[in-house]
Parts: sequence; structure tokens; C-alpha cells
Amino acid sequence: MSKAIVATTSLAGCFGCHMSLLDIDERILKLIELVEFNKSPIDDIKTFTKQCDVGLIEGGCCNSENVHVLKEFRKNCKILISVGECAIMGGLPAMRNNIPVEECIQEAYLDGPTVGNNTDKILPNDDELPMILDKVYPCHEIVKIDYHLPGCPPRADLLWEALVALLTGNELKLPYEVVKFD
Amino acid sequence: MSIFKKIFGRKSSKPKVVEIEKEEVTVEDKKIIVEEKEIKNKTMSEKIKFTIDGKECLAERGQNVLDAALDNGIYIPYLCHVRGVKQAGSCRVCNVKVAGRTMTACTTPVAPGMEVENNTAELRELRLTIIEALFVEGNHFCPSCEKSGNCELQALAYHYQMMVPRFPYAFPQKKVEADNSKILIDRNRCVLCKRCIRSFKDENGKSYFAFTKRGHKLEISMDKEIAANLTDEKAQEIMDTCPVGALIKKEKGFDEPIGSRKFDKQAIGSDIKSVV
Amino acid sequence: MRTTVKSIIEKYNNDKTRLMDILIDVQKEFGFIPDEAVEVIAEGCGLSKVDVNQTLSFYHFFTKKPVGEYAVYLNNSAVAEMKGFASVAKAFEEEAGCAFGEVTEDGKIGLHETACIGMSDQEPAAIINNVVFTNLTPAKVKEIVGQMKAGKDVKEMISAKGDGKNANELINAEVFNNIRKKGEVIFSDYEIGTALKKLGTMNPEEVIDEVKASYVRGRGGAGFPTGLKWEFCRKSEGTRYVLCNADEGEPGTFKERVILTEVPKLLFEGMAVCGYAIGSKVGILYLRYEYKYLEAYLENVLAEMRASNLLGKNIQGIEGFDFDVRIQFGGGAYVCGEESALIESAEGKRGEPRNRPPFPVQKGYMDSPTVVNNVETLCSIVKIMNKGSEWFTMMGSRESAGTKLLSISGDCKYPGVYEIEWGLRVRDMLEMVGAEDVQAVQVGGPSGVMIGPKDFKRTICFEDLPTGGSIMIFNNERKLIEDVVTNFTDFFIEESCGSCVPCRAITVLLRQRLQKIIDGNGVMSDIDELKDWAEKLKVANRCGLGQTAGAPVLTTIENFRDKYEALVQKDIDFDSGFDLEASVQASCAFVDRTPNL
Repeated sequence: MSKAIVATTSLAGCFGCHMSLLDIDERILKLIELVEFNKSPIDDIKTFTKQCDVGLIEGGCCNSENVHVLKEFRKNCKILISVGECAIMGGLPAMRNNIPVEECIQEAYLDGPTVGNNTDKILPNDDELPMILDKVYPCHEIVKIDYHLPGCPPRADLLWEALVALLTGNELKLPYEVVKFD
Repeated sequence: MSIFKKIFGRKSSKPKVVEIEKEEVTVEDKKIIVEEKEIKNKTMSEKIKFTIDGKECLAERGQNVLDAALDNGIYIPYLCHVRGVKQAGSCRVCNVKVAGRTMTACTTPVAPGMEVENNTAELRELRLTIIEALFVEGNHFCPSCEKSGNCELQALAYHYQMMVPRFPYAFPQKKVEADNSKILIDRNRCVLCKRCIRSFKDENGKSYFAFTKRGHKLEISMDKEIAANLTDEKAQEIMDTCPVGALIKKEKGFDEPIGSRKFDKQAIGSDIKSVV
Repeated sequence: MRTTVKSIIEKYNNDKTRLMDILIDVQKEFGFIPDEAVEVIAEGCGLSKVDVNQTLSFYHFFTKKPVGEYAVYLNNSAVAEMKGFASVAKAFEEEAGCAFGEVTEDGKIGLHETACIGMSDQEPAAIINNVVFTNLTPAKVKEIVGQMKAGKDVKEMISAKGDGKNANELINAEVFNNIRKKGEVIFSDYEIGTALKKLGTMNPEEVIDEVKASYVRGRGGAGFPTGLKWEFCRKSEGTRYVLCNADEGEPGTFKERVILTEVPKLLFEGMAVCGYAIGSKVGILYLRYEYKYLEAYLENVLAEMRASNLLGKNIQGIEGFDFDVRIQFGGGAYVCGEESALIESAEGKRGEPRNRPPFPVQKGYMDSPTVVNNVETLCSIVKIMNKGSEWFTMMGSRESAGTKLLSISGDCKYPGVYEIEWGLRVRDMLEMVGAEDVQAVQVGGPSGVMIGPKDFKRTICFEDLPTGGSIMIFNNERKLIEDVVTNFTDFFIEESCGSCVPCRAITVLLRQRLQKIIDGNGVMSDIDELKDWAEKLKVANRCGLGQTAGAPVLTTIENFRDKYEALVQKDIDFDSGFDLEASVQASCAFVDRTPNL
């Protein structure tokens, strides 16, 4: 059986979901037998080099670059999975969603207690920088997402069971303890 | 007006037989009233027989379907109900089906011979839809919530293994009120179940909490004078009554580690099933 | 201010169940209800401030901010929009110099939108300080605003007096009855007091039997047999009450306004008959706030009836037959047309529908047995008493005896009130009102059904197309989804009490999804999802409002699915509707950069 090709990324996330994937411990050896990683921080491949079977998305979309990457994933992956609370509902970054984006920028760059001496009141507006979205979007509110694995981070067992079920075509049975939102 | 005559000139020659009374649908309410009377006619000691998903159950006279189910070791999911407090019937999670009609278990008195449908695919789907609507309606950031792990809304989502709500998130703007010394009111997390409103009145019947506004702008408010004079015990009671993290006792929270909170390992309602 | 508020509270004996009246008077006195007044009311009635605020904030016409010396409430119903709401609203904004939802800087003019005010046959219409203005045009608005700026008394600003008793000096309104067809029951000639006199020869049970034999069913829309309702109530122990539901909030209905203007004595006599039958001494007419302009007139009618012993003690010489009526105004809430919500409101509370059982006939107003009947129902009773139940059953269809008042509006030549026999074909009705090129008919208001030509052979009656009386007609130029379904759904969102989760939350989600389709981002599955969600609203909610809040979506998907399909993209099966350009606009503008997409 040829190996399934998997890509992963972290958008507006903290890499905690990727860490959780590593938390499958020795099963990572079995995982390597099942899959080959393409674009992913795990093998540091920066761009898609081929069509992938599965894309794992960590994090929601808080800026235009996130949207761009997510759309790339949609184009290059047969199946897309939102992994973790941020991808599913914006997560902690989305706590800014009920505050106008102008106020957020104001606080971050001008008024906040951690702002140093930004005496020139510079706001980041270089053309090279990603543009900030009005709110943090869950991934499925931008592109079609096939599956969702909740958790902050999703339990390693959830990631493992879900991936194995998907790759082997076996029925996915999730014990109560593995589906959690925190 | 001649056209009217043409259309309406017809007159029946004899009275029509209109046997409304025999029609069950139109006199449904009558039927329920009659059933209620039947309940009243039974002696106090006699329990009422009824079934839930085909299982025979016994209920006290005048008991509602939800309490009766719980007493019979059957879990009907609910969010707004508090035993012993006047039912709200507002969360609609405890919807069951009786004689083809959907009704909330908490507000429906058990009638003799009643056949209640509870754990059916249709009702599970309906309940999940309601739970999902609640998740998108508010701002439920579970990872940062003091109530996570002990939250009944979250527990219901776990119960139905909700992976993602089917609806788009609203991310509404809600007020947080932290200006009294004992209770934090975080409306982002409020599910408007009315538990606090119904449970807490002072000795003169004045409300601690009340709704303000209506519809999608509905929110809870706490009386400022009453809030200023809360005891620690009362504050704790309030926090425990709130099914979610909308009413948090100050300086309290995150005191149980992940893994040992109420719903970490045990599903909501699993204790009820073990009654039998 | 404290003394004024205190005297208002004292007028109602510091009774918290009269909170609606207190709030109405305070609002009238100050143009809003200040926090200080809330404090005084709470103190005076033995409530906490949140208790007062929860009632206050529920009703559209009670406000915590000043509404303006001249408070303009312009109706935004679907029919109003068809008849020129947008241009009239624009004229108000331009002339007054403030936007809707605001008050001019000098506090003089406030502009507010409001749900249907019962004037669908003479839209656009507005209420300004309890005076109704109908058939508005931008030119007329200019004149009105000019007069407001000049400080003219609102009562003197009306341009013409309406027909019939609208010209009565106690009403003096530019409102039109537009009674286009008089039928055998409501608008037939009769002698006031005949039914009451007859009661002397009948015992209450006989009256109930007569009503039962007439098979008259509730005219509010639900169609519950009136005789049965009375019988249940009579059999319940306690002080009994007669409540007349004159909330008439269903958009497109206005027939009760016409009854109250033309034949109010018929109604009050009907209430008294009910009082005799169920053994009640107290009647309450729950009247929507929008009809406050009828107050002086109706109070005078009641006084006249008391003077001629049609109300009061030992009515018409019948020993022990005491009955009187008081008018309870609402505060602007559609849901209060639901009988248990109406009871809550009449008790001074939020208009949240109650759970059933217990039913109002067991535990209603003040937890006592209560009959809640619609205006038209109670009027029919008087004629049934006069002419007999057999006469009544001669009219109508198999399961719907008698006649029905229809309030017909929209695209037709002769909008107005028609008293028809139940069983009228829709097609014949359309011919009767001079409607041509009809695309759709909304039967029963937003909570009813929208039907197309294939259903015009159907008949208006409980067994086929039931209606409380609202009929709206849309011709082929109307955009049903864009202009009508959205308007109706907005109405339900606005009017939901918010208590039940599905009604509060899913209505908003329906509206969003409709917008997505209208914006061109819809796909086929969106239509199915809309249908699924709307169907769930039907079963998952407590009251009639919640159960029918999805009806505009549901019945149009059933009967006009092609209109939805024409709006969605068929070549793709997913579109989130996400718009990158729009979503970066705010941040780019703030940091001063050109979006680079």
C-alpha cells in the first residue's frame, strides 16, 4: 500500500496542536509507516511539491496570509481537517472578535502597556506584511473543511484514532474522554 | 356590489354538521385537561404508569416528565431545568415526543399511559441543533473559561460529540460586568436559561436577577443593591446554579486540574443512568 | 420628578400588577423613563430595580432615553415597504435632520421604526405622539415636519378626517375604515343590548350550550372552539376573568381596529355575555398601544354603556349580573397577542408566553380561570345570542361556521376590510378585491403561509387555509425573497421574546443564510439547510410565534423553490461567502495602507 501524503500547517495558532500530534509517543513510528509528510513544519518542507491526501490545519485565519495558505491547502489536499479550537472556532485569537479591529491595533501598537516608545506612532503598514482581517475566522467559514477535531489541543489519542481511521478506512469510534474543547 | 352577490349569494338550506368535538386535533387541549383531571382523581399514594422509549416507568401524581424520567434512572438531557424550581421550558433541550407532538419534558406533566419518546435519532438531532445554536450565539471560548470541564453546555456538546456547530459563529458584542465584589457577570457565556432568575429571590420576593430587552438582544442583569450585599455562600450558590461560566464567584476558578473536573471522564447524565 | 412618579404609582394603588399602566404614564409624562423613575417605581411597588427594568425593556414604546418631543414611529412592514416606506423614511430624515433611531439635537423630533401599526390598507403610515398619519408621501412628510418644527399641536396636523366614526370628535383621526363588504355577523344591523336582555331568560349553562351549538371558533387564528373554552373556564374554581385580545399585532391585520371604531358596543356586549356565561364580573380589553388614539372614544363608549345599564351592576335588571370592563394597554410587543403572554403583560410583566399546562381557562390572569377571546369572536357571540346558533351554522364551510373579517392589503385596487363567509376561494377573493397579475398571497400574515397561483383554488377556512384575517397580495413585480421573506423574518427576530433558544437564535441564522443567498453566495445546499432549520423552529418552540417564525422561509421554499434556485450558484457546491477584500478594509484604512489583494 502506498503511503498517504499528509501536509500540516499552523495559521493563527500556537503550534500546540502540532505538539499534541507529537504526543502520540511511540505511535509516531507507526505513523511514519502510514504516511509521508509533504508541506509541514514537521519536515520543514515549505511549499507543496505534490498533491496531498490529507491536510491538517491548526489555527484560524486572522490575516490575509492565513487565508492564502488555507486556500493553498484546499487546492492541494483531497481532505482538509480543522485541528483544534482555533481552526474550528477561532480559539483564543478570536477573543478579539467582539472588539473592533481598529481598537485592537490601537491597543497593540499605541496604547497597550507593553508598547515601548512608539513616539512616532508607527502602525505596521508595509506592503509586504499580511493584512489583518476584521475578525479571526474559523477555517470552515472560508473554505470547505471535511472534518473537525476539537480540543485545545486535541488529545493525542483523538488525532491518532482519527488519522488511523481515515487512512485505513476503518470505522472511527471515539471514547468519551478524547473529545474535549480545552 | 353585484359581484359580491354573485360570489356570495349561496345560502345553505340546512345547518351543516360540524362535529368539532370529535376531532382530536382541534380539542387537543381539552384532552390534556381531561387527562389532568384523571390524574387528580387518583389517590395520592397511587403512582402513574407511563413509558419512556418503551420502558415502563412510575411517576408521582403531578410530576413532570423530566423529573419522573430522572427518578426512573432515565436521562433526558436538559439545560435550564433546576429541580424544585419553577420550570422555564426555555432551553428546549429536553424536548421529547408524545403522541407525535414535540414538547418539553420539564413542563409536561406525566399522564397515565403516556408514551414518551426520548432517545430517538430525530430528537438527538433536534437537541444537537439547539446546542449548536447556543455555541454560535454566544462567545464560548472553552479553553479560557473557568467553568470548562464543569460546564453543562459543554458537557451536552460532549454528550452528543459535537465536533463543530453547523451554524456560522456570530461573535456578538456582550458586556462583562465586574464591578461588584462577589460575582463576575460574563454575558459572553450566558445561555439565558433563566436558572439564576428563577432560583434567587429575596425574602420580599424581589428578584436578584432579571432579563432585560428581548429577542436576540436579551440579556441578564443583576440588581446592583442586592449584588452589593451578597455573602460568599450565596455567591458560591449562584455560581453553582449557573450551568455555564456566565456567573463566576470572584477569586474562584481553575481550582480543579484538567482530568478531575466533573465532566472530564464522566458524561453528563451518566450518574442518572446508574440509579437503576 | 419623584413626586410626579409617586402620584402616578398611587393612582394605581402601588399595585405592581399595574406596572404597564404606570410605565405608560411615566413614559408619556417625561418622553422616556429615567433611572430615577425606575427607582421610585421599584420602591413604590415593592420590586427590585431589575424587576422594573425587565418589564420596561421588553416593550417597544417604553424607553430609557428620550424619544423626542415629537416621536415619529414609522411602520416598516412589508406592505409599508411596497407602498413607499423608503422614500417616506428618507423624507423624514432629510426634513428632520436626523437618522432613524435618533433624536434631533434639540430633542424636538425623534425618528423610530416600528412593526405593523394596523394601517396596511393606508400605508405608509406613522404614529406621532399617539396621532396616526396615513397615506404618507414625501410631500406630506415635508409639511408635517415643518409643522413639528413650528411647534404645532400634533392633533392639528392631520390633513383630513377619516370615514365613519373616525371623524367622531373623540377620535378625530385621518384613519379610514375601508369597510368594503358587510356580512351577516359583524357588520349587520342589530339593537344594542338585545343579547344581554335575553340572558334574563337563560342560565349560564344554556348560554354556553348555545355557543357550543354555533360551533364558533376563535377568530384570532388558532380556531379553538369558543363554547368549549367557556365551559372549561366555568368549571374551574376561582374568581374568573374575561380578557379580550385586541393586540392585533399580526402584520397585515387591521379589522379589529375597524370593529373598535365602528361597533365597540358590540364587542363590550359580547364580553358581558361571556362574563355571564362563565360567571365573571371583570372584563379586560387588552388593547395594543398602537391604538391609543381610540382611548378617549372607547372610555366614553364604556361610560355610555354603564349609564344605560349595559355594564355595571344587575345588568338589564338581571339580579346579580355584574360586569364591567377596563382597558389595559400594551406597550408594543407582537408576542403579547399570544394569550398567555397577553396575560403576563396584563399582570405588569414581560410578555413571555407561559408553559402549558396549566391553560388560561384553569390558571390565567392572576392565576385564576380566564377566558381569552379575540375581538371578532366576542362580537360574533352577540349575534349568535340574538339570532340563534342554527342561523350561525348556516353560514360558512364544513368545519368553519359563520363569517370572517379579512384585512386585505398589498397589490390590489380595493384594500380594506371584508366580511366574508368561511369557504371563500382565494381566486374569488382576488377578483373581489381587484387584484391582477398576482404572484403570491400571504394568508394569515407572516406566521401564515405564502401561496402561489397553483393554490388559488384553495379556500379560506380552518380546514384548508386558516387565517386570523391578514391577507397580503403581491403582484409579479415584487421580489418575494429579497423584499418579503426577509422583512417577515426580520419581524420575527425583532418580536421574539427571546426565551426559547431556537426562536431567539435560529431566526437570526435563517436571516443570515437568506442574505447569503441574496448576495449571490448561496449554493443548493443552503436552500435545504434553510428548510431544515425552519422545520425545527416549528417543533422546538413553546409558543405560536416561535413555531411559526420559520414559516415565511418554509412556505416560500415549498411554494416558490424556483425563486431560491434562481438565486443560488449551481456550478459549485460550496461557498462560504467569505470576502477577503471586505474583511481587510477596516484594518488597512486604520493603518493607512492600500489593500493589496
